[in-house]
Amino acid sequence: MSWYHPADVGLAVRSKLADLGYSARLFGRLLASVGTVVRRPGLVRDQIHFMGNYSLAIIAVSGIFVGFVLGLQGYYTLQRYGSSEALGLLVALSLVRELGPVITALLFAGRAGTSLTAEIGLMKAGEQLSAMEMMAVDPVQRILAPRFWGAVIAMPLLAAVFSAVGILGGWVVGVLMIGIDAGSFWSQMQGGVDVWLDVGNGVLKSVVFGFAVSFIALLQGYEAQPTPEGVAHATTRTVVVASLTVLGLDFVLTAMMFSI
Amino acid sequence: MAEHPSDSLVELQDLSFGYGERLILDGVTLSIPRGKVTALMGASGGGKTTVLRLIGGQYRAQKGKLLLHGAQQGQDMQDMGLANAQQLYTARRRMGMLFQFGALFTDLSVFDNVAFPLREHTNLSPALVRDIVLMKLNAVGLRGARDLMPAEISGGMARRVALARAIALDPELVMYDEPFAGLDPISLGTAARLIRQLNDTMGLTSVIVSHDLEETFHIADKVIILANGKIAAQGTPDEVRHSTDPLVHQFVNALPEGPVRFHYPAASVDADFSAGAGR
Repeated sequence: MSWYHPADVGLAVRSKLADLGYSARLFGRLLASVGTVVRRPGLVRDQIHFMGNYSLAIIAVSGIFVGFVLGLQGYYTLQRYGSSEALGLLVALSLVRELGPVITALLFAGRAGTSLTAEIGLMKAGEQLSAMEMMAVDPVQRILAPRFWGAVIAMPLLAAVFSAVGILGGWVVGVLMIGIDAGSFWSQMQGGVDVWLDVGNGVLKSVVFGFAVSFIALLQGYEAQPTPEGVAHATTRTVVVASLTVLGLDFVLTAMMFSI
Repeated sequence: MAEHPSDSLVELQDLSFGYGERLILDGVTLSIPRGKVTALMGASGGGKTTVLRLIGGQYRAQKGKLLLHGAQQGQDMQDMGLANAQQLYTARRRMGMLFQFGALFTDLSVFDNVAFPLREHTNLSPALVRDIVLMKLNAVGLRGARDLMPAEISGGMARRVALARAIALDPELVMYDEPFAGLDPISLGTAARLIRQLNDTMGLTSVIVSHDLEETFHIADKVIILANGKIAAQGTPDEVRHSTDPLVHQFVNALPEGPVRFHYPAASVDADFSAGAGR
């Protein structure tokens, strides 16, 4: 048994393909569930509230520290070229275009994504999803869909909070501590950040990350082995897969946005 | 005890089901009579719960039919193995199922758990939902527990809440998956009486999957014993109790030795314990 048989390879490929097809179908069903969500907005509102509350503290605290660091590091680089008054622009562009969406998505995967996976996995382990099916209620529509759309809506909002708090952090370090002129800090930022090219692309990124992270979290929970170990594994996989997906998608999206 | 097919609510006809190579049910034909309490018994892993899942349409049989008859005799029947999603959901609205550990929604209170099917499937006013929920909770003796969360109630209470939830929409068929497992003697007696009482007062048809001989024989009208994927015996509790089939005899008398063996298949004792035997 030290060597693989060709049949094992075939089985592995086939089961991977089957998993992929299953995931794609679930993604399609979640996208199609938008009708249910429009009919019952209360369910989505509750999830946005829940996940937003969960993640707001960690997002805000991380945002302010990232802003502090951007202020310090940005000043260090800019003052070599004598353009330290452009610090506001540097901080704002870094956050809005890149760090806001990406770090928010990573933190969201760790905070809300894992709790989604664990919640769905435990519902499956406790036969709650089966019970719902037997009550003629589709768990994909009733449980997964509100969480999916809730996360998709929450993600850009959290990214916006992250960027806003981060800019304040940059202002604290740059203007209050280092002593850069407040007027040039803000006016450079106003003049240099484009609503569509910079803010718009950042929002687009965070919406895409919202789809990716919430889908991965829900899929891992829904597909988890209905045992304590299964849920634990699924939660870990959510963080790993979602983080890698976010970073990979970030590169693809950035490359596409540059070429436009 | 042969019944006319139209007297039955659910019929399995030559039904086979298995996972991969392993056949759980092998050409089983049985019927669940209307208005009666039918008990499915047998050793663990004998396919009892599988029958419930097949009736609910969560599993599909590889061979044979599973027919759910209409609400009235002579109405259209539904083959659950061929139902599309719409038909499946229509059929499931006529059923209630009690899962082994209740399967209550842990994020909802007792009240909201029982109200869940009503809110999902009807447009009743909140006042009417409240009245129905309290009536169902009263039927299982838990009207006063309405504001508790599932984590705050005992296993026996959780199962009673789940029962209230299962009958919230006044189903025709209620299926109980191991309703007595892990209950103390008092809760067990209460649960058994409740099943019988609800069956008779609400005009239900009940199917119980259970290991508990005493209580189940006490409340069942019909007992079906499954073994090795086939029906070993069926009939009234008395008929089954006096069955001469060795396997049924072993089961109803809880004997350690018989056709079902205590030892998992192994090499002979001599070979395993002789000097020099490998691991």
